[in-house]
Amino acid sequence: MALAKLEQLSKSVVQGPSLATGAVPTKDWMETPAIFKEGNFAYPAKKEKVEYLNSQAGLEFPNARIWSPDEDDWKLPENWQEIILNGLKERLGKFRSLKIFMDCCVRCGACADKCHFFLGTGDPKNMPVLRAELLRSIYRNDFTLAGKLFGKMAGAREMTVGVLKEWFMYSYQCTECRRCSVFCPYGIDTAEVTMMLRELLHLVGVGINWILEPASNSNRTGNHMGLQPHTFKDNVDFLAEDLETLTGVKINHSFNRKGAEVLFITPSADVFAEPGLYTAMGYLALFEQIGLDYTWSTYASEGGNFGLFTSNELMKKLNAKMYAEAKRLGVKYIIGGECGHMWRVIHQYMDTMNGPADFLEVPKSPLTGTVFNNAASTKMVHISEFTADLIRHGKIKLDPSRNSHVLPTYHDSCNPARAMGLMDEPRYILDHVVPKWVEMPENTIREQTFCCGSGTGLNTDEIMELRMRAGLPRANAVKHVIDKHDVNMLSCVCAIDRATLTSLMNYWNPGCGVCGLSELVGNALVMDNEKRAMGYDAEGNETELPEGFRTMV
Amino acid sequence: MKYTFSFLAVIALVLIAWLGSQIPGMQYLFGVAIPYLAIMIFLGGFVYRVVQWAKSPVPFSIPTTCGQGASLDFIKQDKLDCPTKTSEVVARMFLEIVTFRSLFRNTKSELHEGPKITYESSKWLWLFALIFHYSFLVVVIRHMRLFLNPVPAWLEFLDFLDAGAALQVGAPLLYATDLALVLGVVLLFGRRLVNRQVRYISLANDYFPLFLIFGIATTGILMRYFLRTNIDIISIKELLVGLVTFSPVFAAKIGSIFYIHLFLVSTLLIYFPFSKLMHLGGVFMSPTRNMANNSRAKRHINPWNDPTIKPHSYAGYEDEFREFMVDAGIPVEKELPPQKDE
Repeated sequence: MALAKLEQLSKSVVQGPSLATGAVPTKDWMETPAIFKEGNFAYPAKKEKVEYLNSQAGLEFPNARIWSPDEDDWKLPENWQEIILNGLKERLGKFRSLKIFMDCCVRCGACADKCHFFLGTGDPKNMPVLRAELLRSIYRNDFTLAGKLFGKMAGAREMTVGVLKEWFMYSYQCTECRRCSVFCPYGIDTAEVTMMLRELLHLVGVGINWILEPASNSNRTGNHMGLQPHTFKDNVDFLAEDLETLTGVKINHSFNRKGAEVLFITPSADVFAEPGLYTAMGYLALFEQIGLDYTWSTYASEGGNFGLFTSNELMKKLNAKMYAEAKRLGVKYIIGGECGHMWRVIHQYMDTMNGPADFLEVPKSPLTGTVFNNAASTKMVHISEFTADLIRHGKIKLDPSRNSHVLPTYHDSCNPARAMGLMDEPRYILDHVVPKWVEMPENTIREQTFCCGSGTGLNTDEIMELRMRAGLPRANAVKHVIDKHDVNMLSCVCAIDRATLTSLMNYWNPGCGVCGLSELVGNALVMDNEKRAMGYDAEGNETELPEGFRTMV
Repeated sequence: MKYTFSFLAVIALVLIAWLGSQIPGMQYLFGVAIPYLAIMIFLGGFVYRVVQWAKSPVPFSIPTTCGQGASLDFIKQDKLDCPTKTSEVVARMFLEIVTFRSLFRNTKSELHEGPKITYESSKWLWLFALIFHYSFLVVVIRHMRLFLNPVPAWLEFLDFLDAGAALQVGAPLLYATDLALVLGVVLLFGRRLVNRQVRYISLANDYFPLFLIFGIATTGILMRYFLRTNIDIISIKELLVGLVTFSPVFAAKIGSIFYIHLFLVSTLLIYFPFSKLMHLGGVFMSPTRNMANNSRAKRHINPWNDPTIKPHSYAGYEDEFREFMVDAGIPVEKELPPQKDE
């Protein structure tokens, strides 16, 4: 489906039938079925990808088949209802969060207009409370006394194919960004609900390709992009060569090297496509300049983890490569690159799932001597923490004027902000690498930050209009600072953001670029023995790297 | 409409108690048996629900961080919104439970032509919730005087403050919280009707407790200020003290309005453990709020963590790609065999 023109969509989000702007549906939500048509659903997972995952030890991905959400028959297993209800029962026993979140909601509506999907689509079922009610109504019906006694009057309903379809639609119109949970008086986190819905759907073979294909790639080749070891190496080598051309500094990097002090892991998208490539060049330049004894790994060549968007088992299996590789190579600790959901997994799940990493040491910066006690157990440090510490101790020389071609604002990625508390390290770095940067309005940053609209594996092109709608709150806040301060760059610390915000800016705010923070660090970094290439700036004057690492030479 | 059903249900409860309590002999049912049953169900049900929650583990450390976390020494941690120590978690929980801090954050967003989205602070829900919950709490505490003999001094003092706050003289003294409770219920109900999003999501079981509590408050007020015939506070107290000392007595005839009030309270107690009112217990146990954000510094244990889930092994990976790796100069564990792979 072709993406609507900007003018059309701009009108539609305000004037279209939207509960966010005042149109209250006449029909009760339980009477409103989910209707699938081209453009409003992500394509289902390919049969062979599901089969591959199902063949892997520790994983269960049954019912591989060819199917499509817009067909009536989803080819579910005969006892699908029993599978779902048993699956729900099992999860209620495994996750206290699920039980509490099913029982405690009072439908106060504080979350209703906090969701970017609701603001962009106006669909009532995109209010976090109603998204959770989709599951809660089933929970009431089969697991509570009130639901059994009073049925629909108590908000209960029977599990039907229609409900299952609704689950599929709305658990994939949630990016698990946790913004609603900030505002909920009981901290009810829709991410927890959506994760459960997605796990339940996988039990009957309902999943999307944009998640399961990268996940199976990651399992087999080590990264989402499916880059085999030699290709992964080629890509990084290519970036290193480019960097040498730009800076005149020879880059020394290595792969799968035993005995290195540090293992570096970043999302593979950083070595695969613009603008992430420039972020990766930033890492290479920084590590070269400080002489860090580090290695890349082709086996653990993915920071991201689409298992987080699938099931806790898959998340654990994919994540386990990080420690396994750190152990095999005998490194002391791990540094992780810029990525949002990757850091949710590392910060909140990794040690629990795959620890204890007692074969590693508490991370200690070889240059500043700083011991990262906040990572004492996982032994994994965020690149922004590592870089901020270098800057604080004056261990790198930075010339912010080298970034004078940009006037950035900063986008807090959902997971670092709301599932980690990484907010001021990137800001501290920004303060030191650019001449000037500005904040977006306070209700759209830090813990109230808005998602790019395409997280949790929803960055697929067939749902572009949905993505542009869901990204509207973020784009709109960027537009505010573009209009007010002439901002021309949206910086972030997330690989999915670098890809998705680029589409979002191209659509809503053409002319505004997107970059990783480490790209700005690399641009500003004064390197030993550098001989920077010349290029032409906007006025046509010949100067050194007028556009930083993006300069065409 | 959903609220009609809830409204009629409460009316029916009132009628049952009104008519029922006038049948000779039924006073025992409404004055003793049902209250006892209600208390038992409330306590038992509440404990049961909390135990049920506690039985499910918290497999992962999932606090929602709403501020800067503890990291480098020159980065200031937001100890309240991103706690790492137990004391900080307790402070976060205390303010959440006592001041409804998350609701204080509430914003209202609006879409305008452009499009342009605006956000403004919206503290109505926070205010209404505070009025409702605190007046209800004080009313409940004040009722303790009916069960305690002698009435403790602090309770007398609370009574004095509550009546004094209403700034009036004469008997019976009007309590500020009586008015506030009714006001709170009316405001919360009004919000459910006026706010289009909340109206759309509201269920019959969202309206029912509001009507029920409205009924409890108004029957209480009627009894205290208006329908005072046959409301002999001495015999009511005798009955209630008798209830808590497990020796119920009926000294004199008590007016129906008392039985209606008591029956509605009993209904609320019975309804409580099976409903969303359990948020009273749940708010203490929500993992996104009551956990410390220290999962990288201290390992959180998942009791059902499955040790058999292993990564796709490095050996398997190298076996598949060894040739390419050797060609590309990437170190390998096992060199290529002279002729062909095993």
